[in-house]
Amino acid sequence: MKWDEFFVTGEPMIYGAMASIVLASLAIVVGLTYFKKWGYLWREWLTTVDHKKIGIMYIIAALLMLFRGGMDGLLMRAQLAIPENGLLDAQHYNEIFTTHGLIMILFMAMPFVIGLMNVVIPLQIGARDVAFPRLNAVSFWLFFAGAMLLNISFVIGGSPDAGWTAYFPLASIELSPTVGNNYYSIALQIAGIGTLLTSVNFLVTILKMRAPGMKLMRMPMFTWSVLITNVIILFAFPVLTVSLALMMFDRMFGAQFFTMANGGMDMLWANLFWVWGHPEVYIVILPAFGIYSEIISTFSRKNLYGYKSMVYSMVIISLLSFLVWAHHFYTMGHGVTVNGFFSISTMAIAVPTGVKIFNWLFTLRKGKIEFTTPMLYSLAFIPIFTIGGVTGVMLAMASADYQYHNTMFLVAHFHYVLIPGTVFAVLAGFYYWFPKLFGFRLNDKQGKRAFWLIAVSFNVTFLPLFFLGLKGMTRRTFTYSAETGFGPLNMLASIGAVGLALGFVYLVYNIYWSFRYAPRDTTGDPWDARTLEWSTPSPVPEYNFALIPKVDGLDPFWNSKKTGQPLTEGEYEEIHMPNNSGQPFILGMIFMAFGFCMVFSWWVPSIVFGIGIVIMLAVRSFERDHGRHISVKEIKETEQRLRGEQS
Amino acid sequence: MKLDNTLPMEYRSEENSNRILGFWLFLGAEIVLFSTLFAVYLTLWTRTGSGPDAKEIFEIGPVLIETFLLLTSSFTCGLAVHSMRLGLKKPSMVFFGITLLLGLGFLGVEIMEFVTYVNEGATLQTSAFLSSLFVLLGTHGLHVLMGLLWGGGLMLQIRREGYTLETSNKSFIFSLYWHFLDVVWIFIFSFVYLKGLM
Repeated sequence: MKWDEFFVTGEPMIYGAMASIVLASLAIVVGLTYFKKWGYLWREWLTTVDHKKIGIMYIIAALLMLFRGGMDGLLMRAQLAIPENGLLDAQHYNEIFTTHGLIMILFMAMPFVIGLMNVVIPLQIGARDVAFPRLNAVSFWLFFAGAMLLNISFVIGGSPDAGWTAYFPLASIELSPTVGNNYYSIALQIAGIGTLLTSVNFLVTILKMRAPGMKLMRMPMFTWSVLITNVIILFAFPVLTVSLALMMFDRMFGAQFFTMANGGMDMLWANLFWVWGHPEVYIVILPAFGIYSEIISTFSRKNLYGYKSMVYSMVIISLLSFLVWAHHFYTMGHGVTVNGFFSISTMAIAVPTGVKIFNWLFTLRKGKIEFTTPMLYSLAFIPIFTIGGVTGVMLAMASADYQYHNTMFLVAHFHYVLIPGTVFAVLAGFYYWFPKLFGFRLNDKQGKRAFWLIAVSFNVTFLPLFFLGLKGMTRRTFTYSAETGFGPLNMLASIGAVGLALGFVYLVYNIYWSFRYAPRDTTGDPWDARTLEWSTPSPVPEYNFALIPKVDGLDPFWNSKKTGQPLTEGEYEEIHMPNNSGQPFILGMIFMAFGFCMVFSWWVPSIVFGIGIVIMLAVRSFERDHGRHISVKEIKETEQRLRGEQS
Repeated sequence: MKLDNTLPMEYRSEENSNRILGFWLFLGAEIVLFSTLFAVYLTLWTRTGSGPDAKEIFEIGPVLIETFLLLTSSFTCGLAVHSMRLGLKKPSMVFFGITLLLGLGFLGVEIMEFVTYVNEGATLQTSAFLSSLFVLLGTHGLHVLMGLLWGGGLMLQIRREGYTLETSNKSFIFSLYWHFLDVVWIFIFSFVYLKGLM
């Protein structure tokens, strides 16, 4: 490889990106040094094993990635705003829609969901941490390494350019000769291992560490959704691991899995990818259902309608999610029987999903509804998501899909599912649980303004795409001629995209303003909520619960408030906590270096870093760290300080 | 720390039993991983392109040796855990040692088998069949290699500390892993070699 191929050159926007990366890194380094925050950063964040801090880091990373992926989206809309636009060339456009999809799904939606999971789950089940705190940090730093690798591809070597689905033979070394798709296989692999470890961690946490009395059928709905999501992760992600490994062997070692000669089978990739890819959709949507259930129940002042049917419908969705993958490529020529089977299994998913929609509506019925920002997102979700769902059933009909396949109709459909489904949910969850983490609410008035801007602009952006798709505009085309008549609707969509961007900028301002001026919440329960996490003081002390609560029904905190029965009894005892460690961070950095060398097929450094990984595993195995104990005196002082106003 | 002394040592503390459950779940993911590799192999195994097919390259001799070595190692691994539960440190160490030596033997025969294939012109690049064969066997072999490193490190810890809550827990989890590799091998033996030779 020559050095002029190493850095991506010849494109003013890329030079701009390089300059901004260098400037931002410099600003961070200078800022940390000037304010003498290196030690703080290392002690409190880089080495932390506290689930709440890890959750915050996930969420910060997800917000940053939201803006990175959002920039990609804006560039696409800018390019498509007018016919024959010359803003981006075809190659650049390919890279942008590829990274937009990858980043939004894997490095925005996933970490945002996992971040909320980290923050909330131990608190909701009355535990002091996750089952394996150190492993949790490893998961985060592997995700971080993967995300950084994919992002750096933009300026070093070139980004993946074969779509986020990376279909073969397009993604093969012959047709995508840059290192872009090497980044795809390696960066996703590293992040994916992190996600798999997260799932093991949370499954054990939820199955084994619930407060006494919290039976499975007394768990909050968000905890249920996370339990089921993690089962899906556990069974779906190994398929991604294998697919990416095979891709790596094809591209870097000349294997013949997906080639067009020597027996290779390109369709095998499409099947493997979607066997992971479709469950992945439910991995980001089921926790969203859980978040909405919590919020709608809290702000209707009612318990969730149809608790059991909510659980069963999620279980059914998780099973069906593994049986629908071929609906992503009806048109690729598997016969009538196969298409028929996948058509029916796909439509079947609408049934449990419909059950959930009606349960939310019945929860609202006769409730004392309070229109807070998280509630607005939840209420907007129901009709918008239903449009996404109904167009999904349209797409599920195999014969009709020959018309819709690969058009803007599909693009509109999945944005109508994923944005109200996942993005609104994580934003709602962010507003809802923010006071638990930081001890104050985000300003509600500003939050509502941001909500309206986002919700309206979303529809302006994506509703026109349905019509463009029906008129025959295909996705992933970098330009179109004026005669097609696609111009006006595209312009409308692009205007909507600007509105969306402004909405998100305003949301950041909302966060900034609230950090400076919002009044502190001293109750720990600003929303008058129902589940255990709100019984702790805000911000939550590192040990979460000074005394582990006892649970004897659904919504234990709500019941305790209504009946006056205290949740906890007994005297404080010493609390055992794990120690911080720098190893997860170091391991993540070694993985990143390993991945980077692998991308460029630099074998000797790859092997050196690979050995480094094994050494880090051994170091961990030989280490004897039995954690530390927080004394009763310290617990008393902390509780008094945090609950000062109440006692 | 709360200890339930009715349980064997590897389960006794809450952390210990959490780790064992966590590892079972991890093995669930491993089952999916190997299932996917088997699915890929069974899809591609007749697609030999211009390369040799299964019948032409498979030889039953080395495969039987590998099978014998790995199955025996699983047995000695079980004996090691049994001795550990009886509190017999030395026999347990010896059995773990034999387990690892048998694993090493397995790996040696497998590497020789790979070398033979490559010398016959059957490489990863030759055909889809061979790509999937090498990656399936290689993934299993890599797992055995990781097991050897892991088991070796573990034996050093047991020698230094004896059987404590931590080392007994680690040994038990290692044994789960090792038995799992044996199970995978039985599937490889049946669905790759026997099917290929028939």
